[in-house]
Amino acid sequence: MRHEVRFSGFGGQGIILSAVILGRAAVMYDGNYAVQTQVYGPEARGGASMSAVIIDDQPILYPKVTNPDIFVIMSQEGFEKYGVHAGEDAVMILDSSLVQSRPRCRYIEIPATREAKQTLGRDIVANIIMLGALVRTTGVVGEEAIEKAILDSVPKGTESLNLKAMKLGFELAKKEDIT
Amino acid sequence: MTRIDFMQGNTACAEGALAAGCRFFGGYPITPSTEVAEHMAVKLPKLGGVFIQMEDEIAGIASVIGASWTGVRSMTATSGPGFSLMMENLGFAVMTETPCVVVNIQRGGPSTGQPTMSAQGDMLQCRFGSHGDYSIIALSPASVQEMYELTIRAFNLADRFRVPVFLMADEIIGHMRERIEIPDSVPREERRLLDKGTLPFHAGSDLVPGFPQFGKGYGVHVTGLTHDERGYPCTTSPSVHEELVKRLVAKVESARDEIADYRVTNPAAEVVFITYGSPARTVEQLIHDHPEAKIGHLRLRLVWPFCEKALGEFPDARVFLVPEQNLGQMAREIERHTSVPVVPLPKLGGALHTPGELEKAMEIWR
Repeated sequence: MRHEVRFSGFGGQGIILSAVILGRAAVMYDGNYAVQTQVYGPEARGGASMSAVIIDDQPILYPKVTNPDIFVIMSQEGFEKYGVHAGEDAVMILDSSLVQSRPRCRYIEIPATREAKQTLGRDIVANIIMLGALVRTTGVVGEEAIEKAILDSVPKGTESLNLKAMKLGFELAKKEDIT
Repeated sequence: MTRIDFMQGNTACAEGALAAGCRFFGGYPITPSTEVAEHMAVKLPKLGGVFIQMEDEIAGIASVIGASWTGVRSMTATSGPGFSLMMENLGFAVMTETPCVVVNIQRGGPSTGQPTMSAQGDMLQCRFGSHGDYSIIALSPASVQEMYELTIRAFNLADRFRVPVFLMADEIIGHMRERIEIPDSVPREERRLLDKGTLPFHAGSDLVPGFPQFGKGYGVHVTGLTHDERGYPCTTSPSVHEELVKRLVAKVESARDEIADYRVTNPAAEVVFITYGSPARTVEQLIHDHPEAKIGHLRLRLVWPFCEKALGEFPDARVFLVPEQNLGQMAREIERHTSVPVVPLPKLGGALHTPGELEKAMEIWR
């Protein structure tokens, strides 16, 4: 059941944290194996950031993502650098408020940044909306698992905001059809 | 009961150090090792330990040496240029027989090179980087689990042999997060204290003198100069120098088989990979994907002193293939110990060898 998930966006969106939360959900709460890696560069703010998670029910040997089957893309530059070559069998969850291009593979449009701002009043949780949409769309980890992993990982005092964002992600993914 | 966690390699290293009883960290942050220091900075004060960020890596390792003489398990972590800066004082630690653990999360060099990219270019530097003849111990983890386990082993070896022990990881293993099982308790081998009435640098049959810990009533002079068994400088006697240096080397080298630590897969193989650190993961993938090919794999967890006995685990080997993130540093050492052809498979730039690349390299020899 090996899945390779690649996240990309710009530095500051929480691209790396998203991958860490997903890997944590798989290992701690679904009892699977996961490896999380990332491109380390000077992109603390801005620039194209990328992180990846491999999830498997068997121990993971080669730790690098080679052929992602799931993409989460949150910026146009991230799409161009890390999403444009997505294989035809892949699924892409893209933040339609920030990504103009569309891939050749199946995709689902989630206006995460716009919804974070307009519905929740904080664009900082756009990545958690995307995580919710990712889990609802692909089932790569359980919905309870992702909830627990989010609660483990976000700063104290922001739990309810982040859970609202996750649930909003679930709903947005339900309403939309995969194209 | 073991505890499951999802953890970064560098954090696992710090957690291993804390579990081993390390209570002093002195150093200077540098990518890609910084998370080790960060984690120790958060955790050590809560455990009654000391974290100190020194002005540079020279002072960092100096502080570790001083702390160790008070009997406290002590470590530092660094990378790239920071490792180079530590070289002189590492020689001092060797000469004064100071137990300490030095973590190197290797990045691309020379100089500031590639701060965020993986490499294994310091494997000879950790063995030979300080001046003079000496010997050290180096371990190389290939997983987050081993970042934890081998850090603990590093402390035990350092205390037993009174020698700097290196955890030679690479950026890939240091920065990736994966599943780890944390045990309730960990093995601990204590530093043997000096018997009262024995000269402080007099060694018995194991060649390791008892430790005259500061604050325990011993009077001892600690110097980097060649010294006699009393610890006093004795810099012009050829025999004192020769005996001292030969003992410093022999105490480690004579234990090479006993402390050897490696994993063998498919010992009847004719084509055998030898790895340490992250390239081991590529070879494991290759073996998994081609079970019928019976690919041999010798994975070194303890790299220095190199255990030539391990090569004998593969009596039918026709070739040893050595993928490394350098231009063939350990391949050169392996070559010294075997008549079987040794083929370096170097890769520079920071990316991990892919299974496809190693499969191609292997096909030539099948």
